[in-house]
Amino acid sequence: MTISRRDILKSLTLTAVTGSVLQVIPLQAAEYAHRMVSAEKAAAEDQAYAPKFFSAHAYKTLQVLCQTIIPSDADAKGAIEAGAPEFIDLITSENVDYQVALGGGLMWLDNTCIDGYGKPYLDCTAAQQKEILDLIAYRRNAKLDPSLGQGIDFFALLRKFTADGYFTSEIGIEYLGYIGNTFVKDFPGCPPVPGL
Amino acid sequence: MQVRRTPKTYDVCIIGSGAAGGTAAKVLTEGGLSVALLEAGPPLVPERDYKEHVWPYDLPHRGAGVGGRATRGLDDEFLAPNGAWEIEGEPYISAPGSRFRWFRSRIVGGRTNHWGRIALRMAPVDFKVRSHDGMGDDWPISYEDVAPYYDKVESYIGVFGTKENIPSAPDGIFQPPPKPRCTETIIKKACDKLSILCVPSRLAILTQPHNGRPACHYCAQCGRGCITASNFSSSQVMIPPAEKTGRLTLVTGAMARELVVNKAGKVEAVSYIDKASREERRIHARAFIVAASSCESARLLLNSKSTLFPDGLANSSGVVGRNLMDSVGSNAGGFFPALEKVAAHNHDGVGGMHMYLPWWKFDRKNEFLRGYHTEFGGGRGMPGVGDFHHLSDEFEGYGSALKQECKKKYGTYIGFSGRGEMIPNENCYCEIDPSAVDQWGIPVLRFHWKWGDNEIKMAKDMQETYREIVEAGGGTFISRARPDRPNPYGIADGGVIIHEVGTVRMGAHPATSALNQYCQAHDVKNLFVTDGACFVTNADKNPTLTIMALTWRASDYLLDQAKKGNL
Repeated sequence: MTISRRDILKSLTLTAVTGSVLQVIPLQAAEYAHRMVSAEKAAAEDQAYAPKFFSAHAYKTLQVLCQTIIPSDADAKGAIEAGAPEFIDLITSENVDYQVALGGGLMWLDNTCIDGYGKPYLDCTAAQQKEILDLIAYRRNAKLDPSLGQGIDFFALLRKFTADGYFTSEIGIEYLGYIGNTFVKDFPGCPPVPGL
Repeated sequence: MQVRRTPKTYDVCIIGSGAAGGTAAKVLTEGGLSVALLEAGPPLVPERDYKEHVWPYDLPHRGAGVGGRATRGLDDEFLAPNGAWEIEGEPYISAPGSRFRWFRSRIVGGRTNHWGRIALRMAPVDFKVRSHDGMGDDWPISYEDVAPYYDKVESYIGVFGTKENIPSAPDGIFQPPPKPRCTETIIKKACDKLSILCVPSRLAILTQPHNGRPACHYCAQCGRGCITASNFSSSQVMIPPAEKTGRLTLVTGAMARELVVNKAGKVEAVSYIDKASREERRIHARAFIVAASSCESARLLLNSKSTLFPDGLANSSGVVGRNLMDSVGSNAGGFFPALEKVAAHNHDGVGGMHMYLPWWKFDRKNEFLRGYHTEFGGGRGMPGVGDFHHLSDEFEGYGSALKQECKKKYGTYIGFSGRGEMIPNENCYCEIDPSAVDQWGIPVLRFHWKWGDNEIKMAKDMQETYREIVEAGGGTFISRARPDRPNPYGIADGGVIIHEVGTVRMGAHPATSALNQYCQAHDVKNLFVTDGACFVTNADKNPTLTIMALTWRASDYLLDQAKKGNL
């Protein structure tokens, strides 16, 4: 028989109330409960995500841009797999400033692509997509062409949000090599490092 | 509206359950007195309320909060509950030309749920500044008066550290410190080159089991609250033993509005708003300890006006709200290429620095008076929202190159935060705003703030020192601080360091102070104020340990008075 989460939480509460006045709970039980909560959340996750703020077209564009900013490669999966677009959609749905900056920014990108290539970003060729991104991915380009300013600001914000969504995901954290958030009896200190 | 009266009269009523209130509750109930403890926030249930060991991806907002407004630090979703820069329905006001921020915790345990656990003793010279350099005022007590109480507090709560014999940073009763992380190893080496002191820090976190509390399990998340109570909070360490005596009555959701005096000029009751019912209620006691946090305590006294005390309670000197101080704070940091070579490993440690830089230039003449200590941290911590914003703007571009750069630079940043002594000045104070009230109908505070030249010079010295240390460690210095900005040399706005003290100061003379050396009001003998408000100066030591020592001392005095029948 497997012990249920309710049992664990109930036992924690009992320990807390009837045990020590200091409300100490056993480390192992706490760790077990935390893991169980995470596992339940993972199991309950819905497969298809319905955007809260972005239109279907805008969200598709957002996904493609996120994956271009942090792609899936030989080292690790990319921004889409890490849930970065969902995270960005959620916080944007709650923040009027981001709605203007990102919603407007995506429209700026499509408008600029239509002006230059006769079609929105998603329908452009890979070479055309690279050409426009190479312009808006660097602040110095605003000095050569001031009309790129809005696109550069948009892309700088999206790059930050993509990094936020990616590096706070399980995939991103594993890619960085963070080790911790656990129970350690004796902290070992700094391992031997050349030159340190 | 009906005003309910609780018929019972307690020996002591304490207003506020943080570092001061919790300590008083423990000492007084264990001393045999009946105590009512008022807390404006709700009760705390650690195993329900704390987000210990939660990953960013366990939360839909990844820790950034609704609308993504919160970044790392004291406003993220991981923080222990009910501590915030802004509380809905409970505003405060910065006067025109002033910028002041006020972090408040509405929860049992107050800000001890949220603090950095840095537990530093004030030095002998810190109590006698005017005698030393002619500025500010001396305390009516000396280090020797407080030292036995530092001993008691440290022995009870558990503090790690090492004996160093540094005149500016007295030793205490310490558990062994944790081993240095890589970031601390590199900074220690750089400091040694520059002859800057860098020693194990002193934090109220257990490295050995103590009084039934297990040792730290090194998850680096003290700010989230510790379910095992391995770090210090009033809620988990002070209040439980008080409850165990059977003499504590904890009243939560109780927003104190006014202290009510009788014809003899003694406080007989506190009027408070019961937040749940929005009704006004009273608690009667023979003595009162105000421990609501420095500015909240001043607010309560100023709002307690009567025919006998027209300028507010305990305020015949006019000092209540005055002498408001915070710590001088300025930040800088750097990327250290040497850390790129460090293999992935568990770098978490305790929830705070394992080493720190005490004030080291106490033996020479400097461009400014007084001193500062330095806290630092960084390295391979749990990634969070905002961590790669700087890199993202600097590196630019996109694709695998950006992704790889993030991995390469991850864990190589170390940030420094100076914490210096501010000299009180007449431009820094709080007062009751003439028009605004909070949602409970209680008049709110208006803050006035202006840093003096000494503080600006100190911030400049911090920036120069951090540049030297970063460069000595082979790093690239990064700072947004500039001399000509509204915050010269990056000096933080008033209140931002959350070390506000001094608003109901103690002193030898009733004309220039509100309290005597036992935190007892000169004007009202059954009234004590034992939180940071009683401070005369704000040394470069985080105030919490001293708040607890002074409260313990005041509580012993009160117990003695009670035994003599003077309550």
